[in-house]
Amino acid sequence: MTDVPVAGVGMTPFGRHAERTGRDLFAEAATRAFDDAGVDREAVEEVFFGNFMGEFAETQGHQGPLAAEMAGVDAPATRLESACASSGAAIRYGVERIRGGADVVLVGGAERMNNLSTADTTEALAAAADALWESRAGMTFPGAYALMANRYFELFGGDREDLAHISVKNHANALENDLAQYQRTLTVEDVLGATQISSPFGLYDCSPISDGASAAVLVSESYAETHGLDTPVRITGTGQGSDRFALQDRESMVSTPAAERAGERAFAQADIGPNDVDVAEVHDCFTIAEVLALEALGFYEPGTAIGAARRGETTADGDLPVNLSGGLKAKGHPVGATGCAQLSELTKLLRGDHVNSDVVSDATVGVTHNAGGTVASCVVHVLEADG
Amino acid sequence: MTRDAGFDDFLDAVEAGEPYYLESPDGETYLPPRPYDPATGQADLTEQPLPEVGELLTHTTTQIPAPQFDDDAPYVTAVASFGPVSLTGQLQQIPSDAVEIGQRVTLGVGRSATHDERVLVFSPP
Repeated sequence: MTDVPVAGVGMTPFGRHAERTGRDLFAEAATRAFDDAGVDREAVEEVFFGNFMGEFAETQGHQGPLAAEMAGVDAPATRLESACASSGAAIRYGVERIRGGADVVLVGGAERMNNLSTADTTEALAAAADALWESRAGMTFPGAYALMANRYFELFGGDREDLAHISVKNHANALENDLAQYQRTLTVEDVLGATQISSPFGLYDCSPISDGASAAVLVSESYAETHGLDTPVRITGTGQGSDRFALQDRESMVSTPAAERAGERAFAQADIGPNDVDVAEVHDCFTIAEVLALEALGFYEPGTAIGAARRGETTADGDLPVNLSGGLKAKGHPVGATGCAQLSELTKLLRGDHVNSDVVSDATVGVTHNAGGTVASCVVHVLEADG
Repeated sequence: MTRDAGFDDFLDAVEAGEPYYLESPDGETYLPPRPYDPATGQADLTEQPLPEVGELLTHTTTQIPAPQFDDDAPYVTAVASFGPVSLTGQLQQIPSDAVEIGQRVTLGVGRSATHDERVLVFSPP
């Protein structure tokens, strides 16, 4: 399968930028990506843009051409919506477009959330759930993952303290990351003592409400070569999977087949397995989500990833550092921007120009895992760097 | 409020004491609205009576609700298995600190305190 070089990446700082519009944020991210790539905007042949809740937050639909205009690109542009996996899907479409013959594609995403109240954001996020069978029963998104967490505890054991270690780890990873929403240390006691959102989750089990944008310039190998681009990181595998939409209709509430399928496809394209991965950025929208991601990708057997952070296996100095960017938990989670932000951070980690690159200085293989809803959709990418 | 065909019909059936699920000729089970068997495209799904008693698979107490449940919080949301299908609902008549996975429940229709909307509820048998 053809590799797709990542010519450049860019992100806005994630955080509370309530007055900045999604278009404003994406213009900044795209400019950073073009500057990083050294590619002219005129060369872009197609744009794929992820956004989830623009209609709720900004009364703004039809965002593909708007994103292209703000990026200074005159090319066909399409918005991809797959809840929190929207810009992961945008990357996948970009990869396939390059493999189909294009030379330069702009991918990315943006989300503005903090201009809404917490209650309205909660309602907007719940639109990723089943409006009839879940939302009308009062299920929120923290509530949905809380249902998964309590089922996991029942079947496999584990407790709130295991989850707290995931939050503590990801906050520790973000301490020096200036793009992260939170750069402060949390303790297990902080997490366990936080305001309860939906049992067993307290506030610090949940990713924050964030504004931000991300972008990447993908190119063909021939374009990179003829234009003398320095592209040490390539996307070597892409995979996407789906599952029954509502949690209640799944065979299991503690496994995520959409992620398993996405991972299997991405690994097969890259001709690697989980044991070849040096570093991972996974979708920790809630602490239990990191556990489910690690098991779905084959890093852990079902029921065994719950204590991975507590045991130090996924910490920065562990065997498999997970979410060195800070993850969604500390870096922030502007939902439509998250998938491409994972790509941006992992590319820099592998290139050596991320603040945490020294932690994984020998790493050559990384994986991103970007989930939509309660993982009714998921996109996985494998990135490889020149050794 | 405009009815949601299939879903509101299901709530009507629960209120009438005749809840049902849909079954395909090859035994796959679904909830409405589901006009066609997704495996074959044939309109041959049949209504089957839902078992009267289910079992709680998981639950959570929600403190921060969506706006349409502002006045209901805190409340317990749960998923219960009724054999061929599982359903999501709110617990009634069971204090949040007394909820246990595996607990037996029956299905009903309650009303939200916030907007007086119909809500699927689980209660002790």
